[in-house]
Amino acid sequence: MINISDIMQTNEMIDNQHLDIRTITMGISLRDCCDSDINKCCDKIYNKIVSCAHNLVPVAEQIELELGIPIVNKRISVTPISMIAESCESDDYVPIAHALDRAAKECGVNFIGGFSALVHKGYTKGDRNLIKSIPQALAQTERVCASVNVASTKAGINMDAVAEMGRVVKECAELTKDTDGLGCAKLVVFANAVEDNPFMAGAFHGVGEAECVVNVGVSGPGVVHHALKSIKGESFDVVAETIKKTAFRITRMGQLVAQEASKRLGVQFGIVDLSLAPTPAKGDSVARILEEMGLEHCGTHGTTAALAMLNDAVKKGGVMASSHVGGLSGAFIPVSEDEGMIEAVKVGALSIEKLEAMTCVCSVGLDMIAVPGDTDAATISAIIADESAIGVVNTKTTAVRIIPVEGKKTGDEVEYGGLLGSAPVMPVNKYSAKEFIARGGRIPAPMHSLKN
Amino acid sequence: MKAIVTVVGKDRVGIIAEICTLLAEMKVNIIDINQTVMQDDFFTMVMLTDTKKSDLSFGEISEKLNKKGEEMGLSIRIQLEDIFNSMHKI
Repeated sequence: MINISDIMQTNEMIDNQHLDIRTITMGISLRDCCDSDINKCCDKIYNKIVSCAHNLVPVAEQIELELGIPIVNKRISVTPISMIAESCESDDYVPIAHALDRAAKECGVNFIGGFSALVHKGYTKGDRNLIKSIPQALAQTERVCASVNVASTKAGINMDAVAEMGRVVKECAELTKDTDGLGCAKLVVFANAVEDNPFMAGAFHGVGEAECVVNVGVSGPGVVHHALKSIKGESFDVVAETIKKTAFRITRMGQLVAQEASKRLGVQFGIVDLSLAPTPAKGDSVARILEEMGLEHCGTHGTTAALAMLNDAVKKGGVMASSHVGGLSGAFIPVSEDEGMIEAVKVGALSIEKLEAMTCVCSVGLDMIAVPGDTDAATISAIIADESAIGVVNTKTTAVRIIPVEGKKTGDEVEYGGLLGSAPVMPVNKYSAKEFIARGGRIPAPMHSLKN
Repeated sequence: MKAIVTVVGKDRVGIIAEICTLLAEMKVNIIDINQTVMQDDFFTMVMLTDTKKSDLSFGEISEKLNKKGEEMGLSIRIQLEDIFNSMHKI
């Protein structure tokens, strides 16, 4: 039989260190749902999703029960809707968002991702219509998430799209001002978006994916934090080894759940995403891991190095534990969803500029950041452009999920509740980038994209 | 299905007897037991069981054990063996 202390250790991780499976996300291809009549298209989409995913939640709950590990979120991602809706004669895609929302409710999932467009090199008709529909779609629906890929290492940065997304973010904030801009929390602007990401709000089911797949995102900042507590003062060699071993265990759990879910649902196993995803709960924070390494507050000098090491060690530990690793795979640093990050901002240790530096070395980017309501669209576009440049040049995924909160100013706090947490409003640079953004066009792909 | 039953809590007379009786009633077979009392009367027991012959579903077994745990003031849970194998064995 397995060692008694190993069993107790696993249960201790689940009970007291927030070890959980963050999400089981079913990716569903909607490529067979096109129709020139938008109502028929909506019906096809709804029926396809419900027929594929009606068992997702019960199966996930059964696995939860049998293994004794919480599976926090069950979600669905679909083919980018811009491609599916493009055949419709209508140019307003909001009804499709409603169809997705209804399907998500019917299946009992809390988010559905894929109200998306990929425009890193240019727009098609469908992309244009979709992006125009985003603000209303997010304001009128509850569970639909949208994302737009505006840049890639191969294509460069589509600055027209960057400029437009600044305006879209502002419009989303305006339309959802009653909920402090909650619409913006469901909208991600990507560079180098991945096709198999199970995490919201940026999940979509890429065009190279199979008909239906199951992707799993693991979590466990609390477990890593706890492991580091036991090696206070040791060198970074020891720290890296400890993180690797912990990440291995966490990922094995993800692999097991992914395999079980794929077997029981009768769909292909996609990937395990090796991410450290924090929640606003105490003891489930990425910032606290960095602080455990010896930083007084996350955001001080040394934070980028600490995060780089953490991110690398998580991947090295996790990669052997799973047969297929994918998604975003790295440490997440969302501000509002991480109790340690929130505190770091409040005490003045963490700024947008530092977060931007941190995004060079970890997964994703400027995530769940609230900024003053009077921040103009050009400034938001410029923030997106900076993040995109980091992604494009470093051949990694970066993203911006930013919320200009109407009527709020620097130092105020916004409460979203649940997994979205609460966000202190952070200051942005007061000088304008208007003329820079107004230029439009495309920033060419970097030299090192020419690999062939 | 092979499953691990873990029992933790304050030690007293008859814990094993009571839990084994319940498992027997549910036709859950015990394959291996590992039990110890740590400092401060902290009772810890891990059992490897087989639920194959039971007429109850895994959920029902789990529920009965949880309920028993509440009655006895202990934490009792049952989990498939796979979770521990995957985490601790390569």
